[in-house]
Amino acid sequence: MPQSFWRRFVRNRPAVFGLAFLVFVVLLSLGAPLLFPGDPFSIVGKTFLPPFADYLFGTDSLGRDIAAGIAHGGRTSLMVGLVATFFAVSVGTLLGALAGFYRGWIDDALMRFTEFFQTIPTFLFAIVLVAIMTPSRGSIILAISVISWPPIARLVRGEFMAMREREFVQAAVCLGMTDLAIIFRQILPNVLSPIIVAGSLMVATAILIEAALAFLGLGDANAMSWGFMIGAGRSFLRDAWWLCAIPGIAILLTVLSINLLGEGINDALNPRLRTL
Amino acid sequence: MAIGPRTLLYVLRRLAQAVPIILSIVLLNFLLLQLAPGDAATVLAGEAGGAPPEYMALLRERFGLDRPMHVQLLLYLKNVLTLDLGYSFRNSMPVIELILGRLGPTLLLMGATLLVSVFGGVLLGLLAATAVNTWRDRAISVAAVIAYATPLFWIGLMLILLFSIKLEWLPTTGMEDVVAFNEGWTRVVDIARHLILPTITLSLFYMALYTRMMRAAMLDQRGMDYVVTARSKGLAEHLITRRHVLRNAVLPVVTMAGVQVGSLLGGSVVVESVFAWPGLGQLAFQSLFARDFNLLLGIFFLSACLVVAVNLVVDLVYLALDPRITVG
Repeated sequence: MPQSFWRRFVRNRPAVFGLAFLVFVVLLSLGAPLLFPGDPFSIVGKTFLPPFADYLFGTDSLGRDIAAGIAHGGRTSLMVGLVATFFAVSVGTLLGALAGFYRGWIDDALMRFTEFFQTIPTFLFAIVLVAIMTPSRGSIILAISVISWPPIARLVRGEFMAMREREFVQAAVCLGMTDLAIIFRQILPNVLSPIIVAGSLMVATAILIEAALAFLGLGDANAMSWGFMIGAGRSFLRDAWWLCAIPGIAILLTVLSINLLGEGINDALNPRLRTL
Repeated sequence: MAIGPRTLLYVLRRLAQAVPIILSIVLLNFLLLQLAPGDAATVLAGEAGGAPPEYMALLRERFGLDRPMHVQLLLYLKNVLTLDLGYSFRNSMPVIELILGRLGPTLLLMGATLLVSVFGGVLLGLLAATAVNTWRDRAISVAAVIAYATPLFWIGLMLILLFSIKLEWLPTTGMEDVVAFNEGWTRVVDIARHLILPTITLSLFYMALYTRMMRAAMLDQRGMDYVVTARSKGLAEHLITRRHVLRNAVLPVVTMAGVQVGSLLGGSVVVESVFAWPGLGQLAFQSLFARDFNLLLGIFFLSACLVVAVNLVVDLVYLALDPRITVG
């Protein structure tokens, strides 16, 4: 299975590109303290130096190195995206599994709860949460997780409902396994692949939300981020376009790579089922 | 659609289903308001530049802030149901008046976006699906994948850079040229010119999504029995596409568009703050900077209610459009 997975995966060229670029972004983010030592907020030279001159990507309105901002901002984006997705997938999987396994009133209650979170305008809710808790890495991650788990819960619930009636589950019940053991040890491993696909695509969405929050001024003031760089540069759009353009391209390429990778994983896991 | 007693009953039941959702939103809003730093009394005192503790206690008594939590919740519920969403001290205006004043521009932007993204997405999906695996299909699919990964606020800034600053074709920000005092038709044209860039910005993401959905739905429908029947009776391929496949493939796109009103509202916060579009989103952005939580939560509450209302309307429109959906 893993071997055929790899063979199918590497045949998908966009997905391989996505993986390669993502590895590059991860290395850049991890290596940021070595490549660009010191505080990315510190002033290194003259203001508004154009790209590809003294500094790779030029300097911003205060004379900060944009390339250093991109490298350190990548850390923030990836970290927030991964941690928020981890929490959202955990909560969504747990609630979806309980609803799909037990059905009845538990399912009803949990699904009403989920629908409620899908009804309220999610991005606005994230803004309200971060603003009230004051912007910090923790509050941003919490807000993104709170608005992201419902689709996962619905997905997992559907998968659990389909698995519930299968013979191996019946057999586990007959053997006297506890509900928790059946849920986590029997059913969950069988429904992991759609969860992995949805989770990998969610990292991309989380990065976009983090960037939008930071752009609106709701980023962590102590952490450099791509959205913050675009927000800080927008007043100088007329004279120094690269302040906004470069961090935006970084977001675009990163999110694109994650999406391509996620779809590649999906196609390789379910060769017969092609998504949109 | 004949409005029989069953339809009426369905409408009433859907209305009844909306009640617990609205109440939950009120409860959530109340909890968030409790979490927000400072209560109405500290805000008032802060605006006045400080107040003695006795006066603060008096204020708290007047607002009912000294009562037990459940009494406060009931008071809040009563206020909200009478559309009293509190007072914005920063703007010296009741929150509800501020919001209603900004609702028009946001609805205009959302309506334009909905039209552009659904029509654009359906058209592009159709163009891709009728030429599957050719360069046309690939070009559209690649564009959709890229648009799907682009941050809204960034593409807005880049469009301003290109079309307003470099080419000087379109105005940069705002909804109309206020100093020109345009009237009648010239004013409509002026607003339309200001509307172009924000609409494109907000539409791109959704258009990409609908293009992909439409393409997939078209390809799905093409293998159905009714298409084989139509083909075997000798119907031309473009007629099959237009009369049969298209109509069925549009349904999931329209459903999706109806569900996404809430997400559209979130996107408009970002787009409005980029283009200084004087709508609810910009008001939310300003309230963030002023730390005006009363206003921010008021916007959140009314937006959530708007979503519930739109979902209700979409369901009813669906009932009228698709004869296969029966009620009861």
